[in-house]
Amino acid sequence: MAAALLTAACGDKAQQKDGDQVVLIGQASPLTGPQAHLGKDNENGARMALDEINAAGLTLGGRKVVLEMRSEDDAADPKTATTVAQKLVDEGVVGVIGHLNSGATIPASRIYSSNGIPQISPSATAVAYTAAGYKTAFRVMTNDAQQGSVLGNYAVTRLGAKKIAIIDDRTAYGQGLADEVEKAVKAAGGDVVAREYTSDRSTDFMAILTSIKGKSPDLVFFGGMDPQAAPMIKQMKQLGMKAKFLGGDGAQTPTFIELAGASAEGALASNPGLPLDAMPGGAAFKTRFVARYGTIQNYAPYAYDAMHVLVAAMKRADSSDPAKYLAELPKTDYQGVTGHIRFDAKGDLAGGAVTLYQVKGGTWQPLETVQSGQ
Amino acid sequence: MPSLCPTPPRWLAFSLLAAGLAALPFLVDAGLGRSWVRLLDLALLYAILALGLNIVVGYAGLLDLGYVAFYALGAYVYAWLSSPHFGLHLPFWAVLPLGASLAALFGVLLGAPTLRLRGDYLAIVTLGFGEIIRIFLNNLNAPVNITNGPQGINLIDPVRLGSFDLSQPHELLGYTFTSIHLTYYLFLLFTLGVIFISMRLEDSRIGRAWVAIREDEVAAAATGINTRNLKLLAFAMGATFGGLAGGLFASFQGFISPESFNLMESIMILCMIVLGGMGHIPGVIFGAVVLTLLPEALRYTGDWQRELFGRIYIDPADLRMLLFGLALVAVMLYRPAGLLPSTRRRREFADAQE
Amino acid sequence: MDIFLQQLINGLVLGSVYALVALGYTMVYGILELINFAHGEITMMGAMVALAVIGALALAAPGLPGVLVLGAGLAVAIPVCVALGLLIERVAYRPLRHAPRLAPLITAIGVSIILQNIAMLIWGKQYIPFPAILPQARHTVYGASITNVQIAILLLATGIMLTLILVVRKTRLGRAMRATAQSRQVASLMGVDVNRVIAATFAIGSALAAVAGVMVSAYYGLAHYYMGFLLGLKAFSAAVLGGIGNLAGAMLGGLLLGLIESFGAGYIGDLTGGFLGSNYQDVFAFFVLITVLVFRPSGLLGVRGGERA
Repeated sequence: MAAALLTAACGDKAQQKDGDQVVLIGQASPLTGPQAHLGKDNENGARMALDEINAAGLTLGGRKVVLEMRSEDDAADPKTATTVAQKLVDEGVVGVIGHLNSGATIPASRIYSSNGIPQISPSATAVAYTAAGYKTAFRVMTNDAQQGSVLGNYAVTRLGAKKIAIIDDRTAYGQGLADEVEKAVKAAGGDVVAREYTSDRSTDFMAILTSIKGKSPDLVFFGGMDPQAAPMIKQMKQLGMKAKFLGGDGAQTPTFIELAGASAEGALASNPGLPLDAMPGGAAFKTRFVARYGTIQNYAPYAYDAMHVLVAAMKRADSSDPAKYLAELPKTDYQGVTGHIRFDAKGDLAGGAVTLYQVKGGTWQPLETVQSGQ
Repeated sequence: MPSLCPTPPRWLAFSLLAAGLAALPFLVDAGLGRSWVRLLDLALLYAILALGLNIVVGYAGLLDLGYVAFYALGAYVYAWLSSPHFGLHLPFWAVLPLGASLAALFGVLLGAPTLRLRGDYLAIVTLGFGEIIRIFLNNLNAPVNITNGPQGINLIDPVRLGSFDLSQPHELLGYTFTSIHLTYYLFLLFTLGVIFISMRLEDSRIGRAWVAIREDEVAAAATGINTRNLKLLAFAMGATFGGLAGGLFASFQGFISPESFNLMESIMILCMIVLGGMGHIPGVIFGAVVLTLLPEALRYTGDWQRELFGRIYIDPADLRMLLFGLALVAVMLYRPAGLLPSTRRRREFADAQE
Repeated sequence: MDIFLQQLINGLVLGSVYALVALGYTMVYGILELINFAHGEITMMGAMVALAVIGALALAAPGLPGVLVLGAGLAVAIPVCVALGLLIERVAYRPLRHAPRLAPLITAIGVSIILQNIAMLIWGKQYIPFPAILPQARHTVYGASITNVQIAILLLATGIMLTLILVVRKTRLGRAMRATAQSRQVASLMGVDVNRVIAATFAIGSALAAVAGVMVSAYYGLAHYYMGFLLGLKAFSAAVLGGIGNLAGAMLGGLLLGLIESFGAGYIGDLTGGFLGSNYQDVFAFFVLITVLVFRPSGLLGVRGGERA
């Protein structure tokens, strides 16, 4: 076993293969545990971009380059995330797509930063991730503040909800988003009549929904993921609640409709960027992805864009050396399948657009795209 | 006990061991890569935790499933007193003892109402206690922001001694000591301290009284042992080590959030001591090291598959935890007293089988 | 009042599911003094197998009535779970019957990790929708809603629990189980085949788990390889609350835990003037559990040497 470990751990630095230079790119997301389906989706998105880049041929500094992906399971656990980050750094990756959760992304970003490895998260939304001030940290997803302010404002001004109930799942994602929505609702003159909580493992929301029903809100906002959002909307119908349901990007998934069935009809949720079908190349991406991996769970297009953004910076620098191409990342101006990607000074998505969707006839239909007013 | 082979002089054995431990991170770095040095750091951290829990479960026989609460408290005290969260930046030598003491206090608070409970009832109460602490940490961001809730606390200070910053690489005698190498030595120092205290406790009146309580509480009380105080002392001692490890973890990670302190963590620490050999210091340390490194080593199953079959049949990430579960079952079936049991337990087990 | 009634219904439905799973824990514990940590995973397996059958039926014979489809799912899930329970007992627990007390606990944790990962390899990592094969009908009683599925869960759970009590009190097997629980050695001296009794206990517990798993999945409309962990934990707490090893205790504990969670989440905010919210639901539940155990160290109905099976 020790020998196998040795061979596995060594000899992975950018090695030569038939004269082509092999460049390693890391991917980290939960591949086991309750969020494994989302983690695999990120991996698939990144892998597809990588394969396309390889197929098209990549030449840096006059040499043919073959990209290779090292994908690691961070189990959505902060401690494992740092171990994985160190492992990727050891293996000599020149950039990382990941991680999926904010809780894993934040501690890992410290390790990437101290080793000068650029990192683009396709899905971490916590404000704290880029607020730490690391030069290597970027994301191609709007943060909680951007998306939350759009959602809260939209609920009051466009959906005409006066009394709003807010539920979150007490994860970094759900609570972060719900707090920003609450702020925006109040700023827009709405009234938060109930603030309830659940967990990211629960499937029974009858008690909190009953309590919310007693306050007769016009709209229920849920900050959390689809496995909770779907039974929640079902139970709202069971209790005979008439309030609208609004969710964030965690709920705007095909799984939500699959799990909630007929109860999903009329539900609203947002996702950053523009609708995939409205983007140049978006529909084609979807067809290729579905043909290869099945449904898009959620963040695969963002992982796909993140990989392209990373390699585009290498192309501009004409080098895969992190020290050289890192300077090119802030200058990113890339037309991806999720939208127009540019970074602000912190590494956040500049002026990120947020699109609102509604379930109509069993599919998510885009309603409108709103620019987040920074 | 007379031994057949002549034992080498103690000083020689000790200096060899010391040299080996000192050189270990460099050997591992050169042989396996830096991520394994980081894992070594974590293994030492878990050794401290396992030794702490060993006092409660292994010595005193109190099944504690909420041990992670003390670990969490130590980590949060460190984060509160040395991070931008409250703008406090106290030195680690002041913060670590504070965290450990607070954990000890909570150990007594948990112990006091549960003195009458035994076995599995104690297990579920301590499990509940662990969850209660985690839920409070996860929710105390409102009305007053104490813990920053699920967002966790970021940018926690690394260990600094004067101007010596453990998070920066240092040059010494031509060698570069990176942050994770230095952390290894720091953690090693604390681990050795905890081992020393554990050994002294084991051989003391207190240690023997704990064993008496573990074997038969009623008989222990009848021989004049103050079972109440001794049980509380076990909880407090275990919690102190937990709190200490928590502080070290916070400084090492630089970021903590409640999700690091869930029930599974308590269960893993318990697995370490049972798998290694309960109540036996080398066994417990061995268990901690094995269970920290094994899941990581299993990441390489993909490479092994490629070498053996030329392709990957099952995603290593999918296989990893399955093999881990199989390993837990297999070890218990073939070595139910642990991989490195103490002589006393091995005897007990042999008796029970008759 | 309508809110109070609604919370009562919520709590009873949730509680009867906990009670069904708690019975499995308590029966095994009563006889072996072993926390069968893998019990929650057997519940998950029940749901998964039933789902696979239902999926296959939907392809092979579309248009079958919903009750029949669900029945077919159960009819396959129960024997599969029973076989699984027996296998686990034989392979992972029986060899350790005389080992130190914590050893079987660790194998139980190991088995539960193994089952989770096998389910993940077979059925994938994503959440699987449980098709709405039963037509949902909502009834309103004094302003509170109750659906036909909820009524079915309440009736089924009550029926199963009453049957189980009868089995344990009145049948030969039940008497053997009670005898084994009191003393394995004496029971075997009296001619009870202890191994068979233990196997029967695991079989009954696993069958109950299968039913509970299908119920939970059908009610919430989803299944996932990780679903057994939390359910198992809650049910185990319920069993301890009622007095582990005691059948009636498990039922009482399950129902109480369901009610505590429901009323806790619903009223904790109003009770504390908004200082604590439904985020402290589990704190509330554990607090009640700890308080009960501090004053009654063997649970509500747990009397040493009493009726244990």
